Amino acid sequence: MDFIRELFYFFRTRKKYWLIPAIVILLLLSLVVVLTMSSSIAPLIYTLF
Amino acid sequence: MKKTAVLGISAYYHDSAAAIVVDGKIIAAAQEERFTRKKHDSRFPSLATAFVMQEAGLRFEDLSAVVFYDKPMLKFERLLETYHAFAPRGLGSFIKAMPVWLKGKLFAKSMIARELAKLGATKVGILFSEHHLSHAAGAFYPSPFEEAAILTIDGVGEWATAVIGAGRREKIRILKEMHFPHSVGLLYSAFTYYLGFRVNSGEYKLMGLAPYGDPKGEQTQLFKAKILESLVDLRDDGSILLNMQYFDFAAGLKMIKEKKWEKLFGYPRRKPESEINGEHTNLASAIQQVTEDIVLRLAATARRLTGSSRLVLAGGVALNCVANGKLAASGIFDDVWVQPAAGDAGGALGAALACYHIYFGNARYTEAGKDGMAYGYLGPSYTNESIAKELNRQDAVYHYFEDYDRLAAVVSKELLAGKVVGWFQGRMEFGPRALGNRSILADPRNPAIQKRINLEIKQREEFRPFAPAVLEEDAAEYFASDAPSPYMLFVTQLRDEWRISVPDDAAGVYEKLYAVRSAFPAVTHVDYSARVQTVGREANPRFRRLLLSFKDISGTGILLNTSFNVRGEPVVCTPGEAYSDFIRTGMDCLVIGDYLLYREEQGTGSIEKQSLPSGKINPAKEQGLSFTIPTGFLYNPLWGIGKPNLVGAFHIGGWANRIRLKLSTLGDGQTEFGWSFPLWGMGKPNSVEAFHFGGSANRIRLKLSPLGDGQTEFGWSFPLWGIGQPKAFFTSSDARSHANQRVEPFCLKYHRKHQIPIFIVSNEGMRYLFAFAGEQ
Repeated sequence: MDFIRELFYFFRTRKKYWLIPAIVILLLLSLVVVLTMSSSIAPLIYTLF
Repeated sequence: MKKTAVLGISAYYHDSAAAIVVDGKIIAAAQEERFTRKKHDSRFPSLATAFVMQEAGLRFEDLSAVVFYDKPMLKFERLLETYHAFAPRGLGSFIKAMPVWLKGKLFAKSMIARELAKLGATKVGILFSEHHLSHAAGAFYPSPFEEAAILTIDGVGEWATAVIGAGRREKIRILKEMHFPHSVGLLYSAFTYYLGFRVNSGEYKLMGLAPYGDPKGEQTQLFKAKILESLVDLRDDGSILLNMQYFDFAAGLKMIKEKKWEKLFGYPRRKPESEINGEHTNLASAIQQVTEDIVLRLAATARRLTGSSRLVLAGGVALNCVANGKLAASGIFDDVWVQPAAGDAGGALGAALACYHIYFGNARYTEAGKDGMAYGYLGPSYTNESIAKELNRQDAVYHYFEDYDRLAAVVSKELLAGKVVGWFQGRMEFGPRALGNRSILADPRNPAIQKRINLEIKQREEFRPFAPAVLEEDAAEYFASDAPSPYMLFVTQLRDEWRISVPDDAAGVYEKLYAVRSAFPAVTHVDYSARVQTVGREANPRFRRLLLSFKDISGTGILLNTSFNVRGEPVVCTPGEAYSDFIRTGMDCLVIGDYLLYREEQGTGSIEKQSLPSGKINPAKEQGLSFTIPTGFLYNPLWGIGKPNLVGAFHIGGWANRIRLKLSTLGDGQTEFGWSFPLWGMGKPNSVEAFHFGGSANRIRLKLSPLGDGQTEFGWSFPLWGIGQPKAFFTSSDARSHANQRVEPFCLKYHRKHQIPIFIVSNEGMRYLFAFAGEQ
């Protein structure tokens, strides 16, 4: 939550709202990357890619 | 009254470091690489943080704040905007960069909090300073000036690549900024790359190579004209615009577009470690001249904007001591002070000082003529007791001197006899320079010593120059500048009376190198320049007494002073590391504290002893594991690419003829990123013949025998986007033969003599253990 709040402050301060879609998509992608770090889910991910 | 204590941290890019400031005083600072023994280590500086906290005698709850040296979100904004601006180009770079950011850098605050929690911190406020503000603060606050112009120049921070500011007491005002991609540091790094050196570490080599060129020669001037016509639009105020048609760093995976550079300069990029010829040295000379021109113009602009007669400098480009020397001699400013840890490591210190003075609003006091850097001696020190304990542990033969003057006299005699002495005293230096506490010393008058130290001891390129340490009061007798230079950050000229004229100045690099052209050939560059360290009365009493002692018997108060390390490794930190380097190189003597050691009295040391850093356990040795050499493996030299830093498992088989890679992307052996890919239509591979990293940068090369007959071969290579270099591999057959063995985590060493890697890999579960070493 801390990160989301800071991200919001960042957009507001820098007035870079157009970056929001790019960052949201990248964060979703990062979730996949994080999942590959977990050994229990990793084999599933490997077969997907 | 409660003290205001601020911990500064730089990390996650290169040269991570920690520094602590208590009530405005710099108590301790150190680079993480010195503790982890991984050069330019970018991981969180856990060990450096633990050290500075211990040195300050503080617990984490005593800290007023922790400050990170730049703003990751602003940096991420720059990345996204740059990719957007260059799209669709830059996809490869985007794929490489994003996983690293999304897995960590973007969440720097929680990453730092997590790392600090591991060290025992429960609740500490984390602040973020801007990258160039950290540099500006690191330059201004420790300087001896109450007010000064500030100039910071480096590759890139968030957006800024160079900043002009003004400092007065505790206030810093930023006046002008130059923004990415137009960067002096990146321009210099681009030439570093083109001339076959490593970006972010080879810039010193480029600077050392430049004097071998003919600065006024036709080719050099032609190169300079081409740089200014095609690559850089240099304005009167020193600002530059890079012609991005020629550069690839903004959106690509390389610094430059090599084909275009080849067309422009008439020759291809120099291959790392290949021969250096006239066109390389002349190009180095040309870019050095352009860089000096830019720095001088920026300095003149800083003078005009601030009206100050004093300048403070920081940022990676401020380590270009040739440019610093020209700037100091130009007369633009009466006084120039350069932060000795001018690179990103110094950002940790600057961030802490910025927090103390700007965020907390504390006053700043200066003492005329004295800076706050404690002459750079801000690292760990060791008592005689701990030194003796370590030497005993290593079975070293040593001589203890109760009387330091006697020790200095004996060492002086050895130096006079042409011996090379490792010199380890007091607190380790902060920053890239060894200033007489972690140094290798020799007689600078000896014409053969430069080659010997470069090749036998530091194991590096023979053209690289060494610097003189001279008694401050004697500096004017030998060198053109008599201004104190305690941090070895200014290049000056040797006075005419000490020069020896050499008739053929048009000779090649090596003819120039070995021509004796001064009374101090080991510390005089081919253009009679020298990067002088002056040793004053207060700076380093023990080192000064050695210089005085050497002067007594030789008549010269100058010693060759180079950092105590070997190529590819950081400067030594502990007595154990000093002893280990001493044993495996050609050094004749070693002085640690009050102990003197002679090489001929020491044992030869085992391979393990020579190869592994002290203090680290060799798991293979511990577990009685035998090393095996896999047949069919092609050893690939790692010339020019340093140590690989990642580890993982390379696995064949398992699920349907797939190759699966698991790599530790952060190089810490913990985090993992993996993927697999099928070997469509190729059948089951039965062997992997070569695993190759390096060469064309971070690629894995596989050779498979798809028909399983070991004869036919099919090979391909693929880049390791976003994951850096792998540390080890094993083949299925090797893995099977070791499947039942389990040991603790891996280590890696690089066999210097044979230029081959030695790996020990340990894995668990479905992973395996495998270890091998190169043939002797």
